[in-house]
Amino acid sequence: MLYALKIAGRYLTASKAQTGLLVLGVAAGVFIFIFMSALIGGLAELILSRTVGDIAHVSIQAEPKDPAVLLAGTPLLVQQKSTSAAANLPTAANFVPLIESLPGVRAVSPQISGSGFITHGAQVAQVSINGLMPGRESAIAHLDSYVVEGTERLGAGSILIGKRLAEDLNLLLGQSVRLSSTKGIETALTVTGIYQMGAGGPDRRTAYVSLGTARTLFAMPQGLTRVEIKLTDLYAADAMAPQITALTGLTAKSWTVDGAQFLEALSAQAKTGVLLKSFALITIVIGVASALLLSTYRRRPEIGIMRAMGASQRFVVLVFVLQGALIGLMGGLLGAALGYAALLPFPAGGQFRTGSLPIDIRLGSYGLAIALTLLGAILASIWPARAAAKVDPVEAIGQ
Amino acid sequence: MSALVVVQDLVKTFGAGLTETPVLRGLTLTLQAGELSALLGPSGSGKSTLLTILGTLMQPTSGAHQMLGQDMVRATDSARTAFRNQHIGFVFQFHSLLPDFTALENVIFPAAIRAGRETSVARARGMDLLTRMGLQDRIHFPTAHLSGGQKQRVAVARALMNRPELVLADEPTGNLDRASAGQVMQLIAQINKDEGTTFLISTHDEKIAALCARQLVVVDGQVEG
Repeated sequence: MLYALKIAGRYLTASKAQTGLLVLGVAAGVFIFIFMSALIGGLAELILSRTVGDIAHVSIQAEPKDPAVLLAGTPLLVQQKSTSAAANLPTAANFVPLIESLPGVRAVSPQISGSGFITHGAQVAQVSINGLMPGRESAIAHLDSYVVEGTERLGAGSILIGKRLAEDLNLLLGQSVRLSSTKGIETALTVTGIYQMGAGGPDRRTAYVSLGTARTLFAMPQGLTRVEIKLTDLYAADAMAPQITALTGLTAKSWTVDGAQFLEALSAQAKTGVLLKSFALITIVIGVASALLLSTYRRRPEIGIMRAMGASQRFVVLVFVLQGALIGLMGGLLGAALGYAALLPFPAGGQFRTGSLPIDIRLGSYGLAIALTLLGAILASIWPARAAAKVDPVEAIGQ
Repeated sequence: MSALVVVQDLVKTFGAGLTETPVLRGLTLTLQAGELSALLGPSGSGKSTLLTILGTLMQPTSGAHQMLGQDMVRATDSARTAFRNQHIGFVFQFHSLLPDFTALENVIFPAAIRAGRETSVARARGMDLLTRMGLQDRIHFPTAHLSGGQKQRVAVARALMNRPELVLADEPTGNLDRASAGQVMQLIAQINKDEGTTFLISTHDEKIAALCARQLVVVDGQVEG
C-alpha cells in the first residue's frame, strides 16, 4: 500500500500540468456542488422562514359548534353559523405550561382572535384581531423582524397594525384609533408599532393587540380561542399533534394537514437539489475516469515493466486507484476551500438580504462534498485500474 | 551443477486457423545453475518467445517447463508473478526503466514490490549494485538523464536486485555502441563468476556470444547446441 502510494504520487507529480488541470477540473465540480448546496439549502431555509417559519406547526382550535336548530322537522330551520366569533377553549390556558414542557416544543402562543373594525377619524376598515400574550409576540410569526416603525411589544392600550392598513387609514405611529369587535365592544388604542410582512393580506387586514385587550373586546374573561405551537423540527408536527391531543384532550392539528401541497413543493425542491448535486458528482467521476484511462494507456509500457518485475495485478490496480483517490482528495479539498471562500461575502446564519441570493455558507456540505468526491474518484478509477492490470507485459514492453 | 530450468517439447503457436504461426516446435532445453549461455538465431527464430516463456511472462501452447523443480505451466498467474519477482531477473534490449524514477528507485523496484516498501536494506544493496556497475555518481539521477549504456547498466543492476537464480537478457547490447556493449557484457560475466547467477543472453552478435561459456542456437523453433 505504502509503495503503491509512492508510485501513484510520483505519477501525479511527474505530469504536473496534467495533474493540475485534472485537480482543477475536480475542484470546479466540487465548487459547483458546494455552491449549489449553499444556494439550495439557503433557498429552502428562506422559504421555510418566510412561510412555515411564521406559522404554527401545531395548533389547537375549538371545533366549530353545529348550528343551533331553531325548528326541527320539515323544513329544518337552523341558525346561520357565526363567522366572526371563534369558539372558546375554556381549559386550554391550563395546558400551556404542560405543552411548553414537551421535548421538541420551541414556543407556545395562547391567543384570542376574532373580527372587528378599526376606525380612524371617518375612515373605517375591517380587520382580523389577534390577541397575543405580551412577551410572546414573536413566538410564532417573527413580528419583531417585520416591524418597520415602533415596537412589536404589546401592552394594554396598544395596537400593532400592518403598513398597508396604516396607509389606507392615514395612520401614523403614536396616533389613536378605535377598535370595535363583532361583540359590539369598542376600545381606544394607540398605534405602537407598524409592521410590513410583504404580503398584502396580513399587512392590510391583521391587527395585533394584547391578550388582555382581546379578552375585553370579545368579552372572554376565561379561555382562549386558539393555542399555537412552534416546534424545533417542523417535520415532527405530524407526530407531535396526536401526542398533544392525547395529553390535553383538545384537538391539535399539524400544519401539514392544510399544507400538503407546500410539503410536496419542499420535497420537490430538495429532490431538485439532489439531482443538481448528482450532476456535479457525475461530471467529476467522468473527468477522473477519462483522465485515468488516458494515463493508463500512456503508461502501458511501464505497467508492462512493473508486471515483468513481479508486480501483481492487484498492485497495479492499487497504484491507479490511489492515483484517482489522490486526485479526488486534492480536488475535493481545493474545491471546498474555493467554495468556502466564494461564499464568505454572503451573510452567515441565514441573515438574507433582500435582493441578494439566499445563500447560507453553513449549508455548503463541505465534508460531504469532499467525501463524495473521494468516493467518486475511487469508483471512477476502478475501471481504468482494472484495464491497466490486464495489460499483457510482453505486448506492453514491446511497444 | 544442477538443473535450474528444464523445458521439454515446448510448443508455442500464435494465432489460429489461417493465421496460425508456429514459433517453437517441440523445443527441449536444460539450463544448469551458474551457466552463462548465449542464445543465438536469426530474427523470427523464436529466441524472444523462448525467453518470454522462461521468464513466466507467457504460457506455452504445450510442453513442460520447470524451474527450481516447480511446474510453471500449471502455476497460476499470481503464483508465476511472485515466482518471477523472487527468482528471475530481466534485461531488455531497450532497458525498460521507469522514466519518472531515479536510478536507485528503478534498481530497488523488485525488492520494494516484494516487501511492500523501500527498505534500508534494499537501498543499501541497490547502491552497492549501482556502484559495481560504475554508476556511483548517478545513483539519484532520473533515468531520463542517463546515457543508453548507463541505462542498460541500471537495468542489469535491477535484474540482480532480488538475487535471482536466473537472469534473462534479450539483446541487452543490441542498442549500445561497441564500448558500452563491452562494458555491460564484462559486468554480466563478472556477476556470473562472483555470484553464480545463471544468465541466458539472446544476441545476434557472435562476439558477445563468444564471451559466453555455452552457445545455444534456435533454428526453426528448436534448440541446437
